[in-house]
Amino acid sequence: MNSIVCLKQVPDTEAQILATPDGSDVKLDGVKFIISPYDEYGIEEALLQKEKAGGGEVTLVSMGPARAVEAIRTGLAMGADKAVHLDDEAFNGSDAQAAAKALAAQIKGMQYDIIYCGRQAIDDDQSQVGPALAELLGLPHTSLVTKVEVAADKKSVKVNRQIVGGEEILEIPLPCVLTCQKGLNEPRYASLPGIMKAKKKPLQPVKAAEIGIDAGTVGAAGSGTRVVKFTAPPTRTSAKIISGESPEEKAANLAKALREEAKAI
Amino acid sequence: MGKGIFVVTVPDQGTIRKVAFEILSEARKIATAKSEPLCAVIIGKGVAALAGKFAPYGADKVYVVENDLLENYTADGYAKALADLITREQPSIVLAGATVVGKDLMPKVAARINAGMAADCTAIGLDGDAFTVKRYMYSGKMIADVKFQADKVAIATIRPNVLIAAAPDASKSAEVVNVAAEVSAADIRVKVLEVVKGDAGKVDLTEAEVIVSGGRGMKDASGYGILEDLAKVLGATVGASRAAVDAGWRPVSDQVGQTGKVVSANLYIACGISGAIQHYAGMGTSKVIVAINKDGEAPILSKCDYAVIDDLFKVVPPLTEEIRKLKAD
Ligand SMILES: Cc1cc2nc3c(=O)[nH]c(=O)nc-3n(C[C@H](O)[C@H](O)[C@H](O)COP(=O)(O)OP(=O)(O)OC[C@H]3O[C@@H](n4cnc5c(N)ncnc54)[C@H](O)[C@@H]3O)c2cc1C
Ligand SMILES: Nc1ncnc2c1ncn2[C@@H]1O[C@H](COP(=O)(O)O)[C@@H](O)[C@H]1O
Repeated sequence: MNSIVCLKQVPDTEAQILATPDGSDVKLDGVKFIISPYDEYGIEEALLQKEKAGGGEVTLVSMGPARAVEAIRTGLAMGADKAVHLDDEAFNGSDAQAAAKALAAQIKGMQYDIIYCGRQAIDDDQSQVGPALAELLGLPHTSLVTKVEVAADKKSVKVNRQIVGGEEILEIPLPCVLTCQKGLNEPRYASLPGIMKAKKKPLQPVKAAEIGIDAGTVGAAGSGTRVVKFTAPPTRTSAKIISGESPEEKAANLAKALREEAKAI
Repeated sequence: MGKGIFVVTVPDQGTIRKVAFEILSEARKIATAKSEPLCAVIIGKGVAALAGKFAPYGADKVYVVENDLLENYTADGYAKALADLITREQPSIVLAGATVVGKDLMPKVAARINAGMAADCTAIGLDGDAFTVKRYMYSGKMIADVKFQADKVAIATIRPNVLIAAAPDASKSAEVVNVAAEVSAADIRVKVLEVVKGDAGKVDLTEAEVIVSGGRGMKDASGYGILEDLAKVLGATVGASRAAVDAGWRPVSDQVGQTGKVVSANLYIACGISGAIQHYAGMGTSKVIVAINKDGEAPILSKCDYAVIDDLFKVVPPLTEEIRKLKAD
């Protein structure tokens, strides 16, 4: 079982994100970075499937600035075998579709059965790259996967996926792209020996030109969308505390406020 | 000039999701400003009967895209049918709801036709001739104004419950164009083996107008009984914090937050939820937020509109009764 996991480094879920004074960008200096949580499910699943199959390789592919190496090393410490880091100025400013193009150009020449992506990267929250990547590679995909079962002949995979108000069970021929949803598995932590071993695992930096990418098709130049301004969302002015002598009275006052003031019920 | 503003709908078992009407109502203004036709696109098998639903919300034209192979939603089949239509008709922008289907389908279509795409947008507008959208990034911590580049078709999915559907005008009519989608069995590589529907009557959290959510303060799975009762009188959907989901009290599909569902309710009642940044990220855009929490220092108190500081087990049952009375009036 050979798998590829697309991994993105993103700000920690706890991080406060602020805009620069002119609103043209966000301030990320001093922010702690992590592997996007949904990508961790991808790494875990790739490792589990490799263990089940009794062999194969798990390769991480990540596009990002120099600091992304940290997240890649963490993924290697979890147990992935090797990694490719798309690190080139040409990729700066890529929107989700452009990112999918860059990843597709890299993955095209690789050998794999399943490509795992996260449901969404928790910085841009696009949920685009998985389905777009599949399309660009000419592969079938399924999103929001919560269970993966590889067929005995290793030619297809049976997956459960979340749909509105329920679940769908699908069969997809391999190779394919799956996007991972919470519930798929419990990602392991990197162990100390894992961290030591990760330092020696192959981590290959790749430039756009090496994978035949024309600079105009990725990065800001190749993106069909551009963020022109970042603003902080409006904050709520402090809450109205509902008064009352007893819980019952508070409940009655709340119901009244929601009815008459907020007009919410 | 582009040849239209497309609003795409994939009906779910014969019903059209409300978000389609929300998008149409807003897109009507843009179509008028750009002097382009507003076109509804409906895809599936046997969906022609629904073609009349869109004109009351401003559609000038309705494309009914059908093929027997489109009975179940599959990304393969639907993406081909929609991409073919877009390639032929060359609309300037294609809009769809950021539903489970919309989020799966539209990025694939965008890649297929080399479009620019923004997902889960909360506003659409124009800057001169260019389309603009607003969308949250960093899980609700930032709002981004996004501009589409002119050289590509624009695609945007829109978060349900954010735009406002206009009052339907039944006197309006639209031209209906029937399109036989060219989809063959070989195009559809993913096979649907089984569909397991949960509670059929339950409105999905992402589309719910009212949500009653419970966290660790619910103590255990049985604690949710009082929330179910409250939800019933409010016509609400029950949600949960990650702490409650991780404890196994509620299914993963109920989780609200950065690594759960992003919801935007008219009314969100958080019971026994502290209001961690990751939870707020998933519900902060709700219009009215109520917290019921016994801790006067809980972070949620600085992020809500109304707060009751008391034991939720003492507050929720009488609240249900009070609302039942108010609704009966
Ligand atoms: C990577 C990552 C992703 C995450 N994603 C999510 C996510 O998507 N969604 C999410 O919700 N969390 C998420 N979290 C977890 C988040 O940080 C919090 O731990 C979680 O939201 C806490 O849940 P809670 O508010 O139910 O529990 P707690 O923080 O324990 O709060 C319980 C609250 O209940 C109150 N309470 C207790 N008993 C009563 C009572 N009888 N009456 C009234 N009030 C009572 C307490 O005062 C307290 O405020 C994530 C964390 C990480 C690290
Ligand atoms: N720069 C990137 N490098 C590697 N994988 C990425 C990158 N951007 C997105 N992905 C993958 O695509 C998923 C969805 O991202 P997005 O569409 O941006 O929300 C992520 O969870 C990753 O698996």
